[in-house]
Amino acid sequence: MTWLATLRRYAGLYGALWRNSVTRELQFKLNFILWIVVELLWFALQLAFMSVLYSHTESIGGWSKWEVVLLVGCANFVQQLFTALFLVNLTDLSEHIRTGRLDFMLLLPVNTRFLISLRKVDLGSYVNAAAALAVMVWAGSRLQLSPSFGQFVGFGALCLVGLMIHYSLMFLLSSIAFWTVRAQGIVWGYYNLFNIARLPESAFPAGAFRVVFTFLLPMLLVANVPAKVMVQKLSSPGEWLLLVFMGVACYAASELFWRISLRHYTSASS
Amino acid sequence: MGKYFHVFKIGIQNTLVYRVNFLFRALFGLIPLAGTLFVWRAIFADKGPDAQVGEYTLRAMVSYYLLVTFIDALTAVAEDDWQIASDIKDGLISQLLLKPVDYLTYRLSLYFSGRTTYTTVALIPVSLFAYYLRDYLVAPADVSTLGLFVVSVILAAFLQFFIAYAVAMLAFWVLDISTFIFIQFAFEYIASGHLFPLDILPPPLALALKFTPYPYLSFFPAAIYLGRVSGTELWQGLALQVFWVVACYGLARLLWARGVRRYSAVGG
Repeated sequence: MTWLATLRRYAGLYGALWRNSVTRELQFKLNFILWIVVELLWFALQLAFMSVLYSHTESIGGWSKWEVVLLVGCANFVQQLFTALFLVNLTDLSEHIRTGRLDFMLLLPVNTRFLISLRKVDLGSYVNAAAALAVMVWAGSRLQLSPSFGQFVGFGALCLVGLMIHYSLMFLLSSIAFWTVRAQGIVWGYYNLFNIARLPESAFPAGAFRVVFTFLLPMLLVANVPAKVMVQKLSSPGEWLLLVFMGVACYAASELFWRISLRHYTSASS
Repeated sequence: MGKYFHVFKIGIQNTLVYRVNFLFRALFGLIPLAGTLFVWRAIFADKGPDAQVGEYTLRAMVSYYLLVTFIDALTAVAEDDWQIASDIKDGLISQLLLKPVDYLTYRLSLYFSGRTTYTTVALIPVSLFAYYLRDYLVAPADVSTLGLFVVSVILAAFLQFFIAYAVAMLAFWVLDISTFIFIQFAFEYIASGHLFPLDILPPPLALALKFTPYPYLSFFPAAIYLGRVSGTELWQGLALQVFWVVACYGLARLLWARGVRRYSAVGG
């Protein structure tokens, strides 16, 4: 039963990290609320963009207006969960390396990747994830969807896979900081990729762009596949199998690169 | 004038350090742009070959987005607002207050040097992308259109800087202004015509936007280039653009004067 003990230990650790984050966030209450407002504003902006597009057309790549609203909601849901759990921690990594604070983390008796990835919790993003969920429910009711239990489970599981893909890719990009100190630009560049995750993938013609963003950086899958499960657009089980496969592949690649990078680490101080 | 030219030159040297960063930024920025263009292509494909959205053909639409990207490279504030805010917050303006230097002109010189470097670097990926889309691009109707486009872009650069400067002045009153910068940027992003040309909006909405400074940041210069404004409308637009430049300049100066009176030189 050792794995159960390990699990309990890590759950306890994460609880402590949560309490720390809550204390930190509550120091600046107004700022905390303003950040939520900023994110909600950008979310509203994406929806406004789609509604302008649909005032001139009936469908984009076979997707109707409310189907796309659901897709935008889904993309934002996954993105906000990613922000809540991981984003700050991953952008902090290059600072840990630059200042040598990573030495200290490597010496702690916990899995270093766990600590680096989950140290801070971005509470406001949970509020925004809830807003994204509400938009999906709203779109679903406009589409008069009545999803089965299986659809809910499939949707939830595939959203988690999408989350894993964002996390693995961003972790991989952050690890570049082991090799070059100025990796922050690359990490923030990832933000641009979120922009294409919320577009219907059928709008993209076969070509280099589509291949890259399906098989290399699977942005055209992370939100599209779960949303398709909900609006029953999946043409074959191959689509969700591909997403799961890409999720596992991205995670494996990030773990491999992390181990290679750690071996390359020489510490900044002493 | 000479001393500000020196600031400009030093600014160029400083920003050259970030050239790789700039290249990545320009390169990554093309990904969402390509995404948007693919979506428009899908919309036009559904509507048939001679379709129009608003009064835009697919070619005009693609040209519009490339123009906006180009104008953005030339005029966007990159780090300027953040730097101004941290200058104020960390007390760095104290040493400038003691020198015979006008802070606004000083920052303006740095803004121009930043834009010069960024545009030079960004020109590589942006022109390659434009070459790839060459079949979709439209040329300006005549030389005078091109000339007015250039004038309008220069005015847009000043407007962009003064708005950013005015927002950064909030740092005199508020400790952390990043949320204000992002909220302002969100409005700018949609109302300047970054996401879509403003004249495909429902007319009342497009009209309402005309009473804000935002359309003059991107949409208006692009509309001049594409020949979508002409005659009296064009001259009125330019006059309004000048008005907004002057108004935002006045606001920036006013906020600075008020702020300096409150300024307590934290950190000495």
